[in-house]
Amino acid sequence: MAKRGAPPEVNAGSMADIAFLLLIFFLVTTTIPKDSGISRKLPPIDPNETKPPIIREKNIFTVKLNGKDQLLVEDELMEVKDLRAAAFEFLDNNGDGTCSFCKGKRNPESSDNPTDKAVISLKNERETSYSTYISVQNELVAAYNELRNRRALELGPQKGFANMNFIQMQANYDDVRWNGNKTKLKEVIEQIQLEIPQKLSEVQ
Amino acid sequence: MAKFNKKKDGGLPPVNTAALPDIVFMLLFFFMVATVMRENTLKIANVLPVANQVEKLDKKNPISYIYIGKPSDNYASKFGTEARIQLNDDFADVSDIVPFINQERAALREELIPFLTVSLKVDKKSNMGIVGDTKQELRKANALKINYTTGTGDVSANEN
Repeated sequence: MAKRGAPPEVNAGSMADIAFLLLIFFLVTTTIPKDSGISRKLPPIDPNETKPPIIREKNIFTVKLNGKDQLLVEDELMEVKDLRAAAFEFLDNNGDGTCSFCKGKRNPESSDNPTDKAVISLKNERETSYSTYISVQNELVAAYNELRNRRALELGPQKGFANMNFIQMQANYDDVRWNGNKTKLKEVIEQIQLEIPQKLSEVQ
Repeated sequence: MAKFNKKKDGGLPPVNTAALPDIVFMLLFFFMVATVMRENTLKIANVLPVANQVEKLDKKNPISYIYIGKPSDNYASKFGTEARIQLNDDFADVSDIVPFINQERAALREELIPFLTVSLKVDKKSNMGIVGDTKQELRKANALKINYTTGTGDVSANEN
């Protein structure tokens, strides 16, 4: 009669090898997602070509990029690093005095108000490099964000959201762990978006 | 006193590797959870420009990717060095974008179709010409929500 002891142990020595194999497979075939970027909305193609509304020259902030990546802002050469301040000054100008939160110079030659008058127009050529285009887009968005942030810091304390700029408001609204009044926060965000809409038009 | 003789000096005792599989499995699970499967094999150079006013792409909404860049070295002899569009796994023409978007839409649940975002992953050395054409095609396909996908950093890094 054969001896009947405990069944022999399974050799688990190669388990590590199998796990390594799987690990390396996942390392190679997967990526860590990190997608972020500048969101834009394209204008729809209008089949019955309605005439564009007439906008006065002083309410348009023209930004042109040529094929050599040179920047022409309001018919003057400019560096990308100065664009943010120039766009901010244009938006904040408050020419007609209807904008209650603006602190601009009230220059009659510049925009009336950011709520429904000021428009930034961006024109590029086919040879313009994409990186410069993104830099310019980024600076223009930054100018809007700066104005919105300032407005949020003014408006927030009245509504119970002190020390929170617009970017933080949006981050908090999206954050599931944030415990605050989200409906109220949404109202504030929407009010700011309505007061300072991103009117950025691109010329084809 | 043989009892107290030291053991023969047979070198170091072997390290116990019984916990090694556990450690490797831990790593494996970390990578399985933290990463996503690569959807496309890139056939183009794709170095994204950087920007600092970025918004996170919302994974809750469906995203389609359009890659633009110059063909990578293996394909340069066949496809040249001008920037090209890549949809899914292959090079495509500007005219392929509308069918591509329609195909992406067909794969979605109906209530998600209006939320389809197109992520433009464009190499920073490309020209705006091809990007402009792409945008025009997207307008034709009525896919109006776009995202210029970028890295994060100061824009001064874009210049070189």
